Amino acid sequence: MKGPESLARNKPPRVQLDPRFAPPFPQAALPVLRNTQLRKNVAHAIDVIQSKRARLVEEKADWEELRAAASDLRAHVLDNLGHYLEEFESQCTAAGGHVHWAADGTEARRIVLEIIRQKNANEVIKIKTMTSAEIQLNLFLEQAGIAAHETDLAEIILQLGGEAPSHIVVPALHVNRSQVRDIFAQRMGLPDLSDDPQALTAAARTYLRKLFLTVPVAISGANHLIAETGGVVIVESEGNGRMCLTLPQTLIAIAGIEKVIPRFQDLEVLLQVLARSATGERMNPYTSVWSGVKPGDGPQNFHVVLLDNGRSDMLRRPVERQTLKCIRCAACMNACPVYRQTGGHAYGSVYPGPIGAILTPQLQRLEHAQSLPYASSLCGACYEVCPVKINIPEVLIELRAQVTNREREEPRRFFDPLYLGLRIASFILASPRRLRLAQRLGRIVARLFASRDGWIHVLPGYGARWTRTRDLRGVPSQTFREWWSTRNKGEQ
Amino acid sequence: MRASLFITCYNDTLYPETGRAVVALLERLGVEVEFNSLQTCCGQMHANSGFRAEAFSQAKRFVQIYRDAETIVIPSSSCVAMIREQYQGLFEELGNERLRRDFAVLSPRIFELSEYLVDHLKVEDLGAYFPHRVAYHASCHGLRALHLGDRPYRLLAKVRGLELAPLANTDRCCGFGGTFSVKNAEVSSAMLTAKLQDILATRAEFCTALDNSCLMHLGGAMHRQFAGVRTVHMAQILAATETHPIEELP
Repeated sequence: MKGPESLARNKPPRVQLDPRFAPPFPQAALPVLRNTQLRKNVAHAIDVIQSKRARLVEEKADWEELRAAASDLRAHVLDNLGHYLEEFESQCTAAGGHVHWAADGTEARRIVLEIIRQKNANEVIKIKTMTSAEIQLNLFLEQAGIAAHETDLAEIILQLGGEAPSHIVVPALHVNRSQVRDIFAQRMGLPDLSDDPQALTAAARTYLRKLFLTVPVAISGANHLIAETGGVVIVESEGNGRMCLTLPQTLIAIAGIEKVIPRFQDLEVLLQVLARSATGERMNPYTSVWSGVKPGDGPQNFHVVLLDNGRSDMLRRPVERQTLKCIRCAACMNACPVYRQTGGHAYGSVYPGPIGAILTPQLQRLEHAQSLPYASSLCGACYEVCPVKINIPEVLIELRAQVTNREREEPRRFFDPLYLGLRIASFILASPRRLRLAQRLGRIVARLFASRDGWIHVLPGYGARWTRTRDLRGVPSQTFREWWSTRNKGEQ
Repeated sequence: MRASLFITCYNDTLYPETGRAVVALLERLGVEVEFNSLQTCCGQMHANSGFRAEAFSQAKRFVQIYRDAETIVIPSSSCVAMIREQYQGLFEELGNERLRRDFAVLSPRIFELSEYLVDHLKVEDLGAYFPHRVAYHASCHGLRALHLGDRPYRLLAKVRGLELAPLANTDRCCGFGGTFSVKNAEVSSAMLTAKLQDILATRAEFCTALDNSCLMHLGGAMHRQFAGVRTVHMAQILAATETHPIEELP
């Protein structure tokens, strides 16, 4: 079997989830829609998680109360974020940890690299962390000559297979068992590997053990930071995370500033809603709470990097700030009918699905990812399942308004069919007289396109986007208001 | 008892038969129907596309013309959802105290059609006759914004001759989403296909809903595919009787 050292140069993922370079959502979704295997894998995985979640929510008589408590708790944190962060910093420091503040990805990456260099390490192991993916840490470390090995099973599959994550809880949900076998067989040098789950996990275990025992620095994320105790909470299913948290001498946790919670006791509410929403379990298998340094036990150097990266700006905006309540459970993407068809890659970001559609554009300060707020039919399924009651449709609409306000000033958008259409519609709908005239005119124009059965099968230009897959019934010869006025005349 | 009908812009233009059915139905129940000819649109299309100011002028018009209405009935769940979910925010952002107050007073008198029948008139048996197998599509706004719950099913259960075909994944969006259906036409079509699979599996003759926008989407695709299933707004089913079957409604 090939050891991890031969994999030090990992294949770059085929799909780079960097919103700065990602194509717009409709374009990025196209190849996925044609990918039979991927769509089957995504729908199957989601169905499994969704039905487990539904059962466990059903059995919880006080689910709505729990949800309200979780929502209130997260809102309270955001209202007092500075206070709790300072409390966390002083408690963590008192327990022997080092707290670093990073205004953006560049600062966070530099801090992490400095710590690794101090330890003279050229390898790190990682427990899955969304914030490190947000700041493209792996790529940066590789360029600095440091190999970053993922240890979460799904992340190993992706890293070895040169794949990008497509879900925040189940990152490899688009990959099925036989594909995992192929990746492991090829990259671990195990040509005879079967696709039996036990054989696959055994191969992963052998691969991981060596990393756990030799690599001196680990990087983790954080599900929560506890202000009261300075503790870092990490929730996972496999135990590989706990290995990362306990075996290396140096541990670096990267956490968004919004991750803080007031008290240890608050986990009672949050862990209940998180496990049920995320994986459809009553309790997740491994919950680690790491507070500072204990001589002779676990990492002797403990660092927490608090990442802002646009979060303070979000906090200042009354509608958008609720985005920061998120506990990264992914219930929204499991419930989303759009995500169900496209999977995660179409979102061009490490945060896919409905939460990604509101979080990514904000992290990019709307300089990139402007198509994401429109990647939703506003059906509201995400809001309904969100355990902290983030009104995602409301934020989507707010972000659409911001995108529109910017774009409508651009001269090149003047003849954009949608913008033009909406401006004309607004002019027409501002007066009942204009509406009556437009209805009459529309009827004549529609007749030009209608076939003999009265239906329209082909529309030119932008309208073709409708008629490529649907017909459109022609415009009836009498509007309702015309009928109403003739009827009333008849009665008089 | 009087009800002012807010027909909505697209029903007015594209689905006048739905409006005529609402009038027939309400008059049969002894309701005096009014139609304010100053009405145009609720502003949903503009609001959801980010055209805040334009949506605000529609919202303002709505409140101004219905300020004195006894009750307002709207046969479109997404338009009612627009009014309930977004007007207040628009008025807070762009309006004045007077508008906000007027809307707060007006708001409880605004009903989606099934709400008006079940909650306000407290009738479920409307004397309707519709001898067909029907699938009910619970539109997203009806389901999650208005929480219509079992109201539509209770109304359909009392329709003589009607056989309700259970529809799977009833909480899943059909993929319309207004401009989403053209901005993200391919993804929208993929969602539509999934929904059609469920509808066709019911072997229903008709697919009904309380929102013609979903039905325009579903019906447009089923017409394209010669699926043989017709879409019809629930008002038309509820208005149909032995003496006036659906084809003969005004």
